Amino acid sequence: MKTMIRIYTVLVYVFLYLPIAVMILFSFNSINSTGVFGGFSLRWYRELFRDSETLNALKNSIIMAVLSSLIATVVGTAAAVGIDKMRSRWLKSVTLTVTNIPMVNPEIVTGVSMMLLFVFASRLVRISGVLGFWTLLIAHVTFNLPYVILSVLPKLRQIDPHLQEAAQDLGCPPLKSFFLAVFPTIVPGVLTGAIMAFTLSLDDFVISYFTNGPEFQTLPIRIFSMTKKRVTPDIYSLSTMLFAAILLLLIIINVLQAQSEKQQSKKKYY
Amino acid sequence: MNKSSIGARLAAAPYLVWSVLFVVAPLLMVVYYAFTDDSGNFTFLNFAQLGSYSDVFVRSIWFSLIATVVCLVLAYPVAYLIAMRHERTQRVLVMLIMLPMWMNFLLRTYSWMAILEDTGVINSILSKLGLSPVHMINTPGAVILGMVYNYLPYMILPIYSVLAKLERSMIEAAQDLGANRWQVFTRIILPHSMPGIASGLTMVFVPSVSTFYISQKLGGGKFDLIGDTIERQFQTSYNYHLGAAISFVLMVLILVCMAALNKFAADDEGGLLI
Repeated sequence: MKTMIRIYTVLVYVFLYLPIAVMILFSFNSINSTGVFGGFSLRWYRELFRDSETLNALKNSIIMAVLSSLIATVVGTAAAVGIDKMRSRWLKSVTLTVTNIPMVNPEIVTGVSMMLLFVFASRLVRISGVLGFWTLLIAHVTFNLPYVILSVLPKLRQIDPHLQEAAQDLGCPPLKSFFLAVFPTIVPGVLTGAIMAFTLSLDDFVISYFTNGPEFQTLPIRIFSMTKKRVTPDIYSLSTMLFAAILLLLIIINVLQAQSEKQQSKKKYY
Repeated sequence: MNKSSIGARLAAAPYLVWSVLFVVAPLLMVVYYAFTDDSGNFTFLNFAQLGSYSDVFVRSIWFSLIATVVCLVLAYPVAYLIAMRHERTQRVLVMLIMLPMWMNFLLRTYSWMAILEDTGVINSILSKLGLSPVHMINTPGAVILGMVYNYLPYMILPIYSVLAKLERSMIEAAQDLGANRWQVFTRIILPHSMPGIASGLTMVFVPSVSTFYISQKLGGGKFDLIGDTIERQFQTSYNYHLGAAISFVLMVLILVCMAALNKFAADDEGGLLI
């Protein structure tokens, strides 16, 4: 039984990595095909660096991910603090329900609903072609916010509510007491939220597809328009490099985590 | 009331304003567009047109149900195996489940197209081996495979996190009391994994039933799903009112499914007490 589950699990992992392995292999293809492997070459990596439109889309994606995750982290952390302190149960549960909406609604409905709002608003003020950088930024901040709030809230619940009061009794002003007494404890939650927001924004296609405009293309949008026709393997070389970057990042995070755990367990002994 | 609590409550104000403007108002827009015509008059006509899309709705629900069940069957043993490992191994195995999700979803789907095509990876290997080619792309199976592949991690992760929290002592206690393996599984492990299964089911079903890219690439546009129909109204035929009506029905459908599932999961826990 145990070996059967083991074989089964290995097969599931193979299934998960099969298309990625194919993508990596064909990024090194010497011929223009995503089905037949002609031999090893770096041709498609060279092509990629000549494709200014794709590189520009990558730049746009990074700008969008940085901006939207920054805004969402600031607004979301403040929101979590406020929600945590809310006295009215009714207001709290309504706020949390609204926070959940972008997470449970299908992405396509979120995207379409925002598009309708932008189209409706632009008709009211009689401006055409509002869809672009700003609408995309609003959309990205909106779907990032719940993830920030929901990763900060649990950290806030762990804090002793008297801590900040004590700091204030000793004469520390409210904002300063927040940054000295509360903030250090919630930093891990804030960071997790920020990283999640960054990656979600970087990877989002569906919502961006309905809220972007022609002058500001992100990478997923660019990939979508490329896959409408037959693609050349250069898009594979881009994704292979992205995959390598993500893998490296995850390994670094994991090693750092393991190290800090080791140090903590050492502290316990002394 | 001291100063800090007023300040703290004001901290949520920007977010509340933002949510009203960009979460609540857009949903009201969907309702508004769904119930009006081009000149802004109230109408039921958009919903009356939905009758001709009934086959699309049935197909979407059917395909996603199959994909969800296949995901559950694939995911459960994997989640169980991961949860029974050492903590460090668990972390690596979970990371390996999450890693493919970081690859762009469009590219992963496109890669499956390159694998399944008539001149694709599988068929070129088959022809090298002297076997006759198999037609796989643009079939319902290919679309369902795309759904299963893309959303499988959403089933594995919630089940895993519930199983990882399960107290080993409970299993041991059951064994000490003479339960055999099957009894331990059906009486202890399975009932406790219900919340994870329930959230996995919604996390796979919701994106599957509303997808549009997977069906276009792996179904060759032959199997229109709800998502395809919505996308077309907004991006090619510019019939926002009909698109809004379909989105509205999709939302209601999902809410009903989730309510039913929640009730099912709750009933199960209630049953445990008795």
